[in-house]
Amino acid sequence: MVSVRQFDVLVIGGGPAGLAAAVRAADRGARIGIVDDNVHLGGQIWRQSLQDGPVLDAAKWLERLQTARVEILAGTRIFDQLEAGVLLAESGDDLCQLRHDKLILATGARERFLPFPGWTLPNVMGAGGLQAMVKSGLPIAGNRVVVAGTGPLLLAVAAYLRKHGAQIPVLCEQASWSSLARFTWSLLGQPAKIHQGLQLKKELTGVPFATDSWPIAAEGKDVLESVTISRQGKLVTIPCDYLACGFHLVPNTELASLLGCQLRGGYVQVDDFQQTTVPRVLCAGEPTGIGGVELAIVEGQIAGLAAIGHNDSARELFAERKKLRKFAGALATTFQLRPELRQLPSPETIVCRCEDVPLSRLRTQPSWRASKLQTRCGMGPCQGRICGPATEFLFNWNPDSVRPPVFPARVESLATATASPEPQHVAPIGGQG
Amino acid sequence: MPSLLRLKVNGVAVEVPPGTTAAAAAVLARQACRTSVTGAPRGPLCGMGICFECRMTINGKPHSRSCQILCEPEMDLRTNG
Repeated sequence: MVSVRQFDVLVIGGGPAGLAAAVRAADRGARIGIVDDNVHLGGQIWRQSLQDGPVLDAAKWLERLQTARVEILAGTRIFDQLEAGVLLAESGDDLCQLRHDKLILATGARERFLPFPGWTLPNVMGAGGLQAMVKSGLPIAGNRVVVAGTGPLLLAVAAYLRKHGAQIPVLCEQASWSSLARFTWSLLGQPAKIHQGLQLKKELTGVPFATDSWPIAAEGKDVLESVTISRQGKLVTIPCDYLACGFHLVPNTELASLLGCQLRGGYVQVDDFQQTTVPRVLCAGEPTGIGGVELAIVEGQIAGLAAIGHNDSARELFAERKKLRKFAGALATTFQLRPELRQLPSPETIVCRCEDVPLSRLRTQPSWRASKLQTRCGMGPCQGRICGPATEFLFNWNPDSVRPPVFPARVESLATATASPEPQHVAPIGGQG
Repeated sequence: MPSLLRLKVNGVAVEVPPGTTAAAAAVLARQACRTSVTGAPRGPLCGMGICFECRMTINGKPHSRSCQILCEPEMDLRTNG
């Protein structure tokens, strides 16, 4: 079944940037839709928790969204663009054509994962990954969780897990103590960030925090049993139930790339009004630069206002955005990956989890494209979303152009998408010789 | 407190509160979500529908991303082969 929906402004992504964009765009009775592939809106940082209900900040925006009569399309995943202004999406077993005048991409970010021996064992998860699982009903009380990797997310996750009864034997941050000290110093102009930092510090009292430390191997037969970490140069093995491990964030730019938006340094290039290089397509939040929730909200609002032509109101938020972007810059410098992490995988370590391609088969490849063709690395269902950023770090490979479908879709969807409800001209099979 | 949902993961019975994802139920039941192409057990990684490691056969439908699907009464979850 194909349904066709028409919107003045369509927002892709229901996290902070997307919610803010949809709410501000809905000011003057325009038809606004917001799409998210998760069951509930909120995105990752505002993911609703089964135990605690919606996050407070999210509740505020969600309420405004309901008042503004924004149409919510949750559990809906975009997989292709039929033509400019028409996206194709799957929702359960249904296929939708989402027609729109303006499009705002607020596709957020995902964790960066780096391969090390044993990282494919069950119960080794992303840091945000484990938090999402706990929020979706996984009991964590009484479990031992080693938290490791890099970035401020680790602190937030450790605090959350602890609040829900987990024991955190150690929190490993690969960044050096001195770069963290400089980062703290750089926050001085931002009271909100300092407040958050102090709050986290309080919640993590008694949790050993090790800088210059990272996981070397995860051990276990069919499931994780222990983690060996390099703690300031010394190897320590810690028995645990879960390893929550992520190396900061990478932007979700696949849909932007599919639509032809230009990227710069891996991020979607936008002008002052969050307009991308493709007409009528705007972008806000993490895809334009990893900057956290406050920046995402401001960029989302600017995009929403600009999409309905309220440029003067949008302009009022420029100063705030400029201030918050400084924080984004500090994040990137502080949580840069140290070169030692390139030595983590052994020759047998799986790098591409979808196709089980080990490091030894990739070392001889000259490029991402060659590794796809020769080893099937990046050719599985995640389409390189996990191993792409890893190989970018390990080998300095650059990702290729994105091809449709941008997410795996059912054959029926791919077949019906172009055929109905308004039949497109389709060349007869074999007609091209 | 709403009543718990009963479901089975590879035949192992588990009870979860409504709103729990199928992936969380599988981890709770200590069952792998899928078997990799070289036969290794795998569980959820990203928790947000991107990595496809949590694919399970849910009520007979293979390759269902269990982290994006909420548990239902009497649901049948199986490790995706």
